[in-house]
Amino acid sequence: MSERVFEGAATVRQLPQRGMITVRGDMTDLAKAVKVPAQGTVAGNVAWMSPDELLVMCPHEEVGAQIDALRAKLIGTHHLVEDVSDARAIFEISDGETLAKLCPVDVARMEPGRFRRTRLAQIACAFWKKEDGSFELVCFSSVADYAWGVLSNAAATPVAHFSG
Amino acid sequence: MLILSCPNCGELKDETELSAGGEAHLTRFGPGSSDSDFEGYLFNRENPKGVHFERWRCSSGCGKWFHAARCTATNEVFGTYSAQVTEPPQEIRDVVSAKRPGWTWRDLS
Ligand SMILES: [Zn+2]
Repeated sequence: MSERVFEGAATVRQLPQRGMITVRGDMTDLAKAVKVPAQGTVAGNVAWMSPDELLVMCPHEEVGAQIDALRAKLIGTHHLVEDVSDARAIFEISDGETLAKLCPVDVARMEPGRFRRTRLAQIACAFWKKEDGSFELVCFSSVADYAWGVLSNAAATPVAHFSG
Repeated sequence: MLILSCPNCGELKDETELSAGGEAHLTRFGPGSSDSDFEGYLFNRENPKGVHFERWRCSSGCGKWFHAARCTATNEVFGTYSAQVTEPPQEIRDVVSAKRPGWTWRDLS
């Protein structure tokens, strides 16, 4: 869709649409359908969003089948399983300094697998650290251009006083 | 800068990630209440210099409400606790008492 790349001191990439499914309910119920990650982490394709919400990611073409499978496992529980793929934009950022400029988060202390909901300048976002040290960030697709603007601006120049 | 630990998601949230929800532990007076109770519910708020109890929402975060006890003069945070209580839990009061002996707030002390 809106794939694009910015290369400066860091690289920002808007990634093609990914399947994203919001799963809400009591965590003990959700555990019947999903392998629930620890609070504040992402494990495999599942991210911990709040005490009653998980985000399940998958290839976009598999969303329908995933939703059917999740709902089948949650029959009889009070739950919500909904396709939010169209509501989301996803970015890859090559380093943490770019995010540290924009988010009130101690990015330098984040370990791979750490998942953090916060704000990106003035918009809501969530990002997590991958094994290779890069980050993925999701925000609402309605503000994707804003996210692209602030991310590519922050990625343009290095931060001299950060080392290592 | 005020930093509060959200008891719902466990994150240390900067003030700019939170939405202030005003004074904590208000009792709602609705239809059928006396004029003075209703006025008090709508308008009468504490404005202390010192110990205060407030509601906050983890708005750039898990989205949940919680309570916080802090000092309005120094921004020292005494603790955060569940939104699902009608008064500060004992462990929070113990922290406040240790740091601000003799504190009072509404009918609490
Ligand atoms: Zn929270």
